[in-house]
Amino acid sequence: MTSVEITDLTKDFSVGTGLARKPFRAVDRVSFDLLPGRTVALVGESGSGKSTIARMLAKLEKPTSGRIDVRLDDGTPVVGSVYRRHVQMVFQDPFASLNPFHSIEHHVARPLLLHRRTRGAAETRERVLDMLERVNLRPAADVAARRPHELSGGQRQRVAIARALAPGAQVLIADEPVSMLDVSIRLGVLNLLGRLQREDQLAVLYITHDLATARHFSDEILVLYKGRVVERGPADAVILDPHHEYTKLLALAAPDPERVGKVVSGEGAVDRAALDNTVCWDHHRGEWVHAEDAPARAGRRTA
Amino acid sequence: MTNVAPSTGPTIGDSPDQLAAEDVAARGRPRSAWRLMLPTMTPWLATGLGLIGLICLFGLVGPWFTGDPAAIRDIGLTGPSAQHLLGTTQTGQDVLAQLATATRGSLQIGLLVGVLATLLSAFFGILGAYVGGITDEAFSLFSNVVLVIPGLPLVIVISGFVPREQRGLWTIGVVLAVTGWAASSRVLRAQTLSIRNRDYVAAARVAGEKPWRVIGVEILPNLLPVLASQFVFAVIAAILAEAGLSFLGLGASNSSTLGTMLFYAQNGFALPLGAWWWFGPPGLVIALFGTGLSLVNFSIDEIINPKLKNVRLHRKRARLAARRARTETGATR
Amino acid sequence: MSTTTTPLRPSTGRSPRPAVLTIDDLTVVYEVEDPVTAVKAASLTLAPGEILGLAGESGCGKTTLAYAVNRLHKPPARITTGSVTFHDRDGSDVDLLALDDEGLRAFRWDKLSMVFQGAMNALNPVTRVRDQLEDVLAQHRPQLSKKQRRERAGDVLERVGVDRVRLASYPHELSGGMRQRVMIAMAMLLEPQVMIMDEPTTALDVVVQRDILREIVRLRDELDFAVVFITHDLPLLLEISDRIAVMLRGEIVELATSDDIYRDPQHPYTRRLLGSFPSLSGDRGAFIRTGVDEGSSPETDTRTVVLPDPDDLPGRGDLPTTARGDAR
Repeated sequence: MTSVEITDLTKDFSVGTGLARKPFRAVDRVSFDLLPGRTVALVGESGSGKSTIARMLAKLEKPTSGRIDVRLDDGTPVVGSVYRRHVQMVFQDPFASLNPFHSIEHHVARPLLLHRRTRGAAETRERVLDMLERVNLRPAADVAARRPHELSGGQRQRVAIARALAPGAQVLIADEPVSMLDVSIRLGVLNLLGRLQREDQLAVLYITHDLATARHFSDEILVLYKGRVVERGPADAVILDPHHEYTKLLALAAPDPERVGKVVSGEGAVDRAALDNTVCWDHHRGEWVHAEDAPARAGRRTA
Repeated sequence: MTNVAPSTGPTIGDSPDQLAAEDVAARGRPRSAWRLMLPTMTPWLATGLGLIGLICLFGLVGPWFTGDPAAIRDIGLTGPSAQHLLGTTQTGQDVLAQLATATRGSLQIGLLVGVLATLLSAFFGILGAYVGGITDEAFSLFSNVVLVIPGLPLVIVISGFVPREQRGLWTIGVVLAVTGWAASSRVLRAQTLSIRNRDYVAAARVAGEKPWRVIGVEILPNLLPVLASQFVFAVIAAILAEAGLSFLGLGASNSSTLGTMLFYAQNGFALPLGAWWWFGPPGLVIALFGTGLSLVNFSIDEIINPKLKNVRLHRKRARLAARRARTETGATR
Repeated sequence: MSTTTTPLRPSTGRSPRPAVLTIDDLTVVYEVEDPVTAVKAASLTLAPGEILGLAGESGCGKTTLAYAVNRLHKPPARITTGSVTFHDRDGSDVDLLALDDEGLRAFRWDKLSMVFQGAMNALNPVTRVRDQLEDVLAQHRPQLSKKQRRERAGDVLERVGVDRVRLASYPHELSGGMRQRVMIAMAMLLEPQVMIMDEPTTALDVVVQRDILREIVRLRDELDFAVVFITHDLPLLLEISDRIAVMLRGEIVELATSDDIYRDPQHPYTRRLLGSFPSLSGDRGAFIRTGVDEGSSPETDTRTVVLPDPDDLPGRGDLPTTARGDAR
């Protein structure tokens, strides 16, 4: 089983063209852990840096500074080509993450072959069918022969999950896995991820803008605002007892049928320019942490 | 991102999805992706392919059937007759025979330049865009510089520089290719950049595929229509450029192309003498071949941007619907 | 209160006030090789000043319905039956489907306006905001002077919460939320009696979405226009709508007040839709209505209730589930 320790992760982009280039800090000293069998949710709006963190963890971008340490149980670091065997990603857009040219079987078989999980055509095919059954795509033989466009959005996302788990991944990055699916099938896919996590003791990073599903699905929530963590803690604590103004804003903004008939007026009219993201409320420690202080490692590992 | 905003313009990266989606909608199971990449047969495409086919056939097989183009006869400039279907030149040479040989020569140049230019533009465009970083900047700068240099004058200078004896078909071909790949590479670069950012390319990288495989298996198939289109452009441009060069007397010596035929016709005062059968046919062949290639390119455009296909289909459907509504009782709304 | 004779038949949801828009038995067919009925016999009445939510997922026909009401549908879409009647404030009735081009042009935007999906991209990128707003006024209120037009454009912009100085901006200088407000302002310029909004907040961040919704409700309170709000986000509709119509595959399967939909949903699809949104407050792991939670079953077939896939029941918390998913 594999864990991930992220320390002071920072990413700068340079925006502007030619000589007028300015550095833009998309992610600013973010630290957290991913442990087997537990889900950490990164919640934030667009531009908060959450997707950038996902891409850095998936090695699609290089961090400007900071560390990503992936280790096995015995402490052996996971680096080089083995990294991709342990850390995999499910993308947001089910319609763009599968190549329309290739069959479903090809999509799931390639990682198996690349990471040498199977040998020979027969064994590979059997594993592919197994994996498709695992993500509830039945009849597996029929689905394997199809192309992405013959499947619905939810089914394609399941294929993407099967593909991610094919190398035997222990760390799964789910970048808004259901936000582009129809609402009535979102929970099915999320519950599938939950089941797979329990069965394989996966460490899952769940990235979303939706507080409600973050609460439903994760153990720990980190709220990101403009590249920094402004609140962190167990899911229930962050949502039911928010301390930072931004978290309160998010909670109020999410539609809640318990408020049927009463549109919130006046409340939540917070001055966004005044939001301060240099402080973070840490529910584990029960105190405000300033950005300059050492990363809050203590208390991140909850029982 | 919170939600994906709708994109405003089509890119080649979107087209296979659209094509496949429409295919599924129309017929249930889609055909294989390779079939999807082929254009649908329309009157335009049929005409274009027909023209190209005929001219290629003429160029390939014609010279064996039409006699010796270089045989000089005593009859001088004569119009079309039973023995010489397209008349004779000033020196009594059979125009039809010359036309066949010249067509073959032009086709050779077209093919040569087409292949070379496409390879060059693919290298500088696709590879640069995929690798990114300093390589991309360097390749892009290089192709921009080559693009800015005026093509025809450069070709003229280089051609003039090469001594006449060595100015064969291959030399001209290489010169044309080297001066003509830049525009195409910009297009390929732009399209590759857009595909490179697609999720399935990222997914292939995350799965652990090697870069050459990502380019070859994920990116290249999507670029095939653009490559085909650029190839066709290159062929047209090559034939025209060669004709221009030859007309100026700078073309391939010791080989016969449509351009050299026009050159000799010019030198033989064909126009003032009214010998339309000498300069007309070569020009016509060039024009028809260019038309045929352009028609094929229109069909390829429909694959690159499937929305163009919709325009045509909607017109067709509207006609059918109007016809149906007219035959029904009750008014159409 | 809505009345139904059988649980599966949609109620007419007739409200006591007279209607401003009546859609009766509207059917829209896409004439392709295999004709598709996008909207089947849709019937709705819209009362003045009411917010009617139209809920449904992709492909259910809600956008087609909105376009057809506005007569914006293009071939191969064709209205085969039904009528759309607009009941003007001054007492006259307008048959929308019978209007000629000139009548339609005068009617559109003046009496009924629309905010489109992806409206943020509907602004002309090379003209300033004020020119686009003033264009509408020049078309429909030719008697206004240039100064009056500028005044009015500024007024409307302030009303939606955008500073008047933004009149001089180009669309790309505005944020997504601001552009959406400009689109809403444009739709409100002529003070129409009905506004149709197709997913106006879908592409926006949650916080901005909340601001826009607040504006819409406030404007409705001030100016008393009716709104048809189309979206897939049912909890949002529950908060702001007076009545909600749920659409599935072209048909309106349920039409009732928000309260009734929330507390007593009749149709299995409505229940399923409600069950898809986890609750922010309340017990962790509980759904708005106890979730019938399937795994791989066909995603849009809900004529019969689909049984939950045992693998995919959430593992946290206790969820009472029944085959019919109607536990409270």
